[in-house]
Amino acid sequence: MVITGNLYLDLVLMTLLKFAGFVLVFVMGVATVLTWLERKYSAVIQDRIGPNRANIGRFRLGGLFHMLADPIKMLTKEDFTPDTPNPWMFRLAPLLAFVPALVVFAVIPFGPGDNFQISNSELGILFIFAIASLNVYGSVMGAWASNNKWSLMGGLRISAQMISYEVAIGLALCGIFMIYGSVDLQEIVRNQGELLWGFVPAWGIFLQPVAFVLYLTCAIAENKRAPFDVAEAESELAAGYWTEYSSMAFALFALAEFIEIVLIGCVGATLFLGGWQIPGVTGTSPGIVVAQIAAFLAKTIFLIWLQMTIRWTLPRFRYDQVMRLGWRILLPASLVNLVVTGVVLALIDRSR
Amino acid sequence: MLHSQMGYLQILIVIVAVTVMGIGILVVNRLLGPRRTNAVKSAAFECGSDPIGSARQRFSVKFYLIAIFFIVFDIESVFMYPWAALFRELVVEPGVGWVTVGEMFVFVGILGAGLAYVWRRGALDWD
Repeated sequence: MVITGNLYLDLVLMTLLKFAGFVLVFVMGVATVLTWLERKYSAVIQDRIGPNRANIGRFRLGGLFHMLADPIKMLTKEDFTPDTPNPWMFRLAPLLAFVPALVVFAVIPFGPGDNFQISNSELGILFIFAIASLNVYGSVMGAWASNNKWSLMGGLRISAQMISYEVAIGLALCGIFMIYGSVDLQEIVRNQGELLWGFVPAWGIFLQPVAFVLYLTCAIAENKRAPFDVAEAESELAAGYWTEYSSMAFALFALAEFIEIVLIGCVGATLFLGGWQIPGVTGTSPGIVVAQIAAFLAKTIFLIWLQMTIRWTLPRFRYDQVMRLGWRILLPASLVNLVVTGVVLALIDRSR
Repeated sequence: MLHSQMGYLQILIVIVAVTVMGIGILVVNRLLGPRRTNAVKSAAFECGSDPIGSARQRFSVKFYLIAIFFIVFDIESVFMYPWAALFRELVVEPGVGWVTVGEMFVFVGILGAGLAYVWRRGALDWD
């Protein structure tokens, strides 16, 4: 698209425009709504009222203003640094958790074509693997720099949990790469447009159901949310790795977690739910493109709802159970899934 | 500039934008928030009592073992990606097809044998 005529300036402007549209409006918007919705949804599940106090004049709207009141409150609280030998590490850690979580959205295809993807890099899912796991450094650095034993234990737990589930998630998604023949996300979505036997969409969830379960489990574990939230288990470790954090530094950690919920939804929708594909709908007219973007957002929101429901209906695992699940069940399961996929795919493709 | 290289430039722009955003949020917080500190407040939180000893504790060697396993298994799984992405192209090629599948069996077999070994040696027991 041409705005000023200068190739590089256009590139920068287009990128910032797409960044504002998809990341700031959609991702940050959903993450902000989630800060309120998560508490309200948990309240509904646990038969409580939930947040309902924030108001503007006489309007409360069921506590909807909490998502406005929280950032204001966080911003005006003390940016506190505890007595620690590594104060700069302590201040840098929230940034390290926050930045990778948002950068990953650069390769997510929000709609058909380059216009709805910030970067058309063919690295795709490899970029996501590389960057998304970086935010564990933020948590571990923060935990270490806090100079607090609760934090240290939490940080240790995150790092061990993260690397355990990273192996299983990497192997689980191999089946998807085999079937769609690419690691480029836009390519994977395009290849999910066909219909099998005329009525089943060729989505990852139908072709790789085991991989979907493995992906969702590992992704929730990597995002350290219940039932895998042993790193911040309040009944064991005070608040785990963010015990010493307050104000906006704490909020950046919390926001990174909510952004990752959206990320898991986006990647899950892209790989397993057909991305922006609507079964049976093809074409490039503006109406169809808008419907396809809406379909992608709806699939993402469905997966976010699924994660919230899992979060509030399952009890926390013990730490040894978390590690056992990762190494003894999910890793062998993903290996078996890989072998079965390979053999079945070879039989089908060669008989053609 | 090549079409494929533009992707990296766009990623760089996003990284810069997000970093500026993050730093901006923290700076605004620093400007708006109060700054009052004292020795008790800045001491490490240990549920109200005075901190005992240092937080630079020694910890279980299991965490180190898990990290070693991670390096081994993750690097092995990295080798799978190019193979997985090309699988369907290779498998229909005459003469190469079942070799492609066989290679995978050997590779996954080695991975599985490694996993079985650490499992049998009890390295995955957490207690």
